[in-house]
Amino acid sequence: MVLEAKHISFRYGKESRQILEDFSFRMTQEERLGLIAPSGFGKTTFCKILAGYEKPDAGEILLEGRPLSSFGRYCPVQMIWQHPEQVVNPRLKMRKVLEEGDGVEPRIIEELGIEPDWLNRYPGELSGGELQRFCIARALGERTRFLLADEISTMLDLITQSQIWSFLIQEVERRGIGLLAVSHSRPLLERVCTRVWDLEE
Amino acid sequence: MKMGNGRIRTAVFFGAAVLLLAGITLAGFLLSREAMVTDFSRKDLAPGLPYLFGTDWLGRDMLARALTGLSMSIRLGLLAAGISSLIALGLGIASATMGRAVDSVITFIIDLVMGIPHILLLILISYACGKGFQGVVIGVSLTHWTSLARLIRGEVLQLRETGYVKMAEKLGMSRFHIAWKHMFPHLFPQFLVGLILLFPHAILHEASITFLGFGLSPEQPAIGIILSESMKYLAMGKWWLAVFPGLLLVLTVVLFDTAGESLRKLLNPGSTHD
Repeated sequence: MVLEAKHISFRYGKESRQILEDFSFRMTQEERLGLIAPSGFGKTTFCKILAGYEKPDAGEILLEGRPLSSFGRYCPVQMIWQHPEQVVNPRLKMRKVLEEGDGVEPRIIEELGIEPDWLNRYPGELSGGELQRFCIARALGERTRFLLADEISTMLDLITQSQIWSFLIQEVERRGIGLLAVSHSRPLLERVCTRVWDLEE
Repeated sequence: MKMGNGRIRTAVFFGAAVLLLAGITLAGFLLSREAMVTDFSRKDLAPGLPYLFGTDWLGRDMLARALTGLSMSIRLGLLAAGISSLIALGLGIASATMGRAVDSVITFIIDLVMGIPHILLLILISYACGKGFQGVVIGVSLTHWTSLARLIRGEVLQLRETGYVKMAEKLGMSRFHIAWKHMFPHLFPQFLVGLILLFPHAILHEASITFLGFGLSPEQPAIGIILSESMKYLAMGKWWLAVFPGLLLVLTVVLFDTAGESLRKLLNPGSTHD
């Protein structure tokens, strides 16, 4: 499968600054693509557009040559957010949060180091790193074809970072999921990805 | 001796307030026949042992009359606040979910109703609907929904923008699932507290328009009627006709307020810091 962005332009509202202008992009399912760009470049916005959270003002997002909306309700391009606490409902237990994923395999939950006891807790009772594991598991449902990781490890300690990344590399390789990793850290991306695309140059 | 923690104390407050209110309602209901009995052999008695609140110029027991009046006020308040909060819920959600045109119409209506003094609108509606129980209920219901509707509208708008609702959409969850699992748990405490805090308003407004003569009819022992009738006798030194029913009215309102506030603290502990 191929994920493409064709001549994307985007800005928030009419008054604000142009964030993306005639931006094009292409990656395949076999790839792990790392994206480096300066702060304020619009990396998160770009991820949101790719995953269908925002509509571009011009241009289109194509998956296998078809627009994202033609894939039914479950979006095959899933995004993992930088701040996990913003994307889990504070009033739902973690078990319910995971149930919203598309049939997440127990194997994934186990390999991410999620302890069974955590499932009975509320998001406020878990640390950022623990929450992020849930968000990663939730995004790895059956129908996921592309995974966008937007600075997912910035607030984690090094050991957790390496655990999570080595799991992700293994998982996307096994299932043939395309991975787009966004980060400020070039060494990390060079280690994780098959191709690094630097927009700072 | 320390009595439990703050949360338990709050729960006790809430329980006590609800029990007392239920007691007043029930007592008034049981005493409604007693409240109508006139007996000239016991007229104009000052508060004392057999008649704790005294008797009036027709020899009616003021305790029974005050309780019956309040009981009627509470039942009327429950009904009016219930209808009012349902209007608020419906319009608030419609305003937040049905697009910009609907939103501006509803916001305009909210501003319009809020802009007119409550009591004026209440009198107009109650009078137009033929006064009495029906007129008061319709009047109170149609004037008290605005602030709760605005609260619910804001809350739903905010919830729709949260990461977890957007995430749930991308994970293919149905609109019903999102409304039920993601929005309802946040809206319900707000709604319930808003509903309970509507009661004191409803009761006070019922009493005021009845006092002014645009509410319940004079033969009903409503608290507004009792207070307006007693005005004539205050100058003659019969202070107990107004003071005790008035105090009981204040007590009821305070109890509802206590119940609402303690429920808010129980359901949403963070709000105590607001």
